[in-house]
Amino acid sequence: MRDLPDGLSAALGLVAGLDARLLDIVALSLRVSLSAVILSAMLALPLGALLAVGDFAGRRTLTVMINGFMGLPAVVVGLLVYLLLSRAGPLGPLGLLFTPTAMVIAQAVLVAPLLAAFTRQTVEDAWREYREQMHSLGATTRQATATLLWDTRYSLFTVMLAGFGRAIAEVGAVMIVGGNIDGVTRVMTTTIALETSKGDLPLALALGLILIALVLAINALAYVTGAWAQRRLG
Amino acid sequence: MHTIFPLTLTGIGFAPNEVPVLAGIDLRIEGGARTVILGANGAGKSVLMRVMHGLLKPTAGHILWNASESRPRAQGLVFQRPVMLRRSALANVAYGLKLAGVAYDRRSMQARAALERVGLAHLADRPARVLSGGEQQRVALARAWALEPRILFLDEPTASLDPTAARSVEQVIVDIHAAGATVVMTTHNLGQARRLADEIIFLHAGRITERTPAEEFFHRPHSTEAQTFLQGELP
Amino acid sequence: MTIVRRSLLATLACLTLGTGPVWSADSFITVASTTSTEQSGLFGFLLPFFEKPSGIQVRVVALGTGQALDLARRGDADVVFVHDPAAEEKFMAEGNGVKRQEVMYNDFVLIGPKDDPASVAGGKDISVALKKIEASKSAFVSRGDKSGTHAAELRLWKIAGIDLDAGKGPWYRDTGSGMGPALNTAASMNAYILADRGTWLNFKNRQNLAIVVEGDKRLFNQYGVILVNPAKHPHVKQAAGQQFIDWILSETGQKAIADYKIGGEQLFFPNARR
Repeated sequence: MRDLPDGLSAALGLVAGLDARLLDIVALSLRVSLSAVILSAMLALPLGALLAVGDFAGRRTLTVMINGFMGLPAVVVGLLVYLLLSRAGPLGPLGLLFTPTAMVIAQAVLVAPLLAAFTRQTVEDAWREYREQMHSLGATTRQATATLLWDTRYSLFTVMLAGFGRAIAEVGAVMIVGGNIDGVTRVMTTTIALETSKGDLPLALALGLILIALVLAINALAYVTGAWAQRRLG
Repeated sequence: MHTIFPLTLTGIGFAPNEVPVLAGIDLRIEGGARTVILGANGAGKSVLMRVMHGLLKPTAGHILWNASESRPRAQGLVFQRPVMLRRSALANVAYGLKLAGVAYDRRSMQARAALERVGLAHLADRPARVLSGGEQQRVALARAWALEPRILFLDEPTASLDPTAARSVEQVIVDIHAAGATVVMTTHNLGQARRLADEIIFLHAGRITERTPAEEFFHRPHSTEAQTFLQGELP
Repeated sequence: MTIVRRSLLATLACLTLGTGPVWSADSFITVASTTSTEQSGLFGFLLPFFEKPSGIQVRVVALGTGQALDLARRGDADVVFVHDPAAEEKFMAEGNGVKRQEVMYNDFVLIGPKDDPASVAGGKDISVALKKIEASKSAFVSRGDKSGTHAAELRLWKIAGIDLDAGKGPWYRDTGSGMGPALNTAASMNAYILADRGTWLNFKNRQNLAIVVEGDKRLFNQYGVILVNPAKHPHVKQAAGQQFIDWILSETGQKAIADYKIGGEQLFFPNARR
C-alpha cells in the first residue's frame, strides 16, 4: 500500500516540475472535453427544453430513450463512432479517425443524453412556474423554449458541468476513436490506462490525482459562480 | 377604432374529468366597468377567469369577442403570484412587449414608461426576483399595462401581499381602469371588493347566481347563496 | 462582473483553440502496432531517429495483433508492424498488404511466482514446463485477445500436446487483455504467464513474479512489417509509409533497434533480410 503515498509525491513532483508532456496531455484533455460539452450542448440543450415544453407525438418515447441512453457505456459509444469514422465506414473519407476531432465527436455523443435529460428536468420545473404566464403573454413554443433556456442558465451551467465531468473522466470512447497516440491523441485517462498496464502504478496514480484535483477545481468554480448568481439575481 | 367588446360567454361549461367545475355560464361584458367576481373557495372563480382569458378551453359553450371567435391580443392576466423572469424589472416588462412584436429600440422606452406609471421607475434595473412581493406584482401590472390591454383580468392579485403592498396594487388597478381598460378580477377580500367594484358577479358551485351593481350587492344581495356568503365572511 | 465574465471567456477560448503540441500535421503516417511493442518503450526510443530527418510524424496506434490487422483491413492504418507470422500471411493472402518483410525478433519468456508451485523454474524446455503447469493445475493467465503473444501461447500449448479445450479449468484464466494488464493480473493472482521479454523488462509492478523459463528456440518471436495495399485502400499514404519501412529495414534503422536497451539489456534483435 505504499502506492498511494508514492502516487501523491509523484503527483506533486510532476505538477511542480511543470513537466511539458504532462501539460500537453492535460491541455488536450481539457480541450477535447470542453469542446465536446459545448458542441453537445448546442444540440442537447434545445432538445431537452423542447421535450419539456413541446407537445408533439413521440415526446414520451423520446424522453424515455434519452433517459436510457444516459447509461450507454463509453466503450459502446466509442465503438459506434469508430465504425462511423473508420475508412470502411460512412464517414471514412473525412479521415477523422485517430484525431482529437474524433475524440470530441465521441464524447459529444456520450454526454448528449445526459445534457438533454437534465435540461429537460430543469426546464420542466421552471415551465411549471412559468407556463400560464407565458401562454397569457402569447409566447410560442419556440419563444418559450428560448426564454426558459436563458432563464435557467445557472442550473444549466451545472448540468453542463456534469456533462464535462462525465466526458473528462471517460476512457473507453477516446481510447478507441483516438488510438492513444503519443503526442496526438493521448489524454489523461488514456495515459493513466497505459501507465497502469505498464505496471507503473505510482505514475498512474499521480495522474489520477491530478485529474481529480482538476475536476474538483472546476466544480468549485462552478459552485462559487452559482452562489454568486443566486445572490445577485434571485 | 376596433373594439373587442362585448365579450359573450354562452353556455360555457368546464368539466375536465367529468367533474363539472363550471356549468351553464352565460355572461356578457360590455366593457368599461370594474367587475369583481366573488365566491367561496372552489366555486370556480379562477377557472372562469382562465376560460375568459383563453388559457383554458371550455368543454361546452362558446366565447365570442365582438361576435368574433378569434381571441384578441389586447388583454392581460395578472396572477396571484407574479411570475418574474431572472432578469431586471425593466427587462421583464420589455419581455411582454417583445412577445407582442414591438421593435427593439422602442421596447426599452415603453417599458420604462410603464414602470413609471406604477411608480417603480427607480427599480427598473434591479433584478426582478429580489423585489418585494408588492413590487413584483406592480411589475407584473406594468408588464400587462405596457401592452395597452382593452381588458385586464386579475386573479386574486393581492392575496399574497401585506395590506400596504395590497393598497399600492389596488391603486395601480384603479389607474389602469382610469386609462381605459376594463377590469375583471377575483378576490377573497370583501373590503377590496367594496373599494374597487362597480358590479359583482357571484359564483356558486360553478354557476352564476347573480350579477348586481356593487353597492346594491353589499347592501342586499339577491341570491341566498350570496347572502350566506356575506354573512359567513369577514370584511 | 463583466471582468470576471470576460476572463472566464478568455480562458475558455484559449483552452478550446489550442495550446497543444504543434505538429506539421500535413505529413504523418498511421502505424498499427501491438501493445507489447508499445509498452516495451521501443517506439518512444526509435521513432525520433526517423521522424526528425524525414519530417514525417509516425502515429502509432497500439492494439493486439489481431486488432491491428483488422484495423488495417478496414484501411484505418498505412502500415502494420506486428508479431504473428501466421496471421500476417493470412493478411497477405487476402490481398491486404503489398509485401511482408521481417524486421526484428525478440523472445517470449515464461513468468511465474517465486514460490513456483509447478516446479518449472530454471528449465530450458517450454513444453515440459507447460505440461507441468497443466498437470499441477497451477494458475495461468492468458491474454486471450488474438494478439501475437496469445497466438504464440496457443501454439506452444499445442506443441506440448495439451488440448486446452479439454484440459481447461479454473486454473486457466483467460483475461482478454493486453500484455501489461495481463501481467498486472498475473502479479495479483501469483500466476504463470507467457510474456514478451520487452514488456517484461519495462514492467514495474512485478510483485512476486520472475522469469522461470527462457531460451527455448520455440519462444522465438518474429516481427514483420507490411504496407497496407493502396490498391485496396487508395487513401493509404504509400510514399511516406514505404519511406518508413525502407528506413526500418535499412542499416540505420536496424542499428537503432539494436541500440534500444533497458538496464543494459538489448530487447529486440534486428534480422531484416537484405
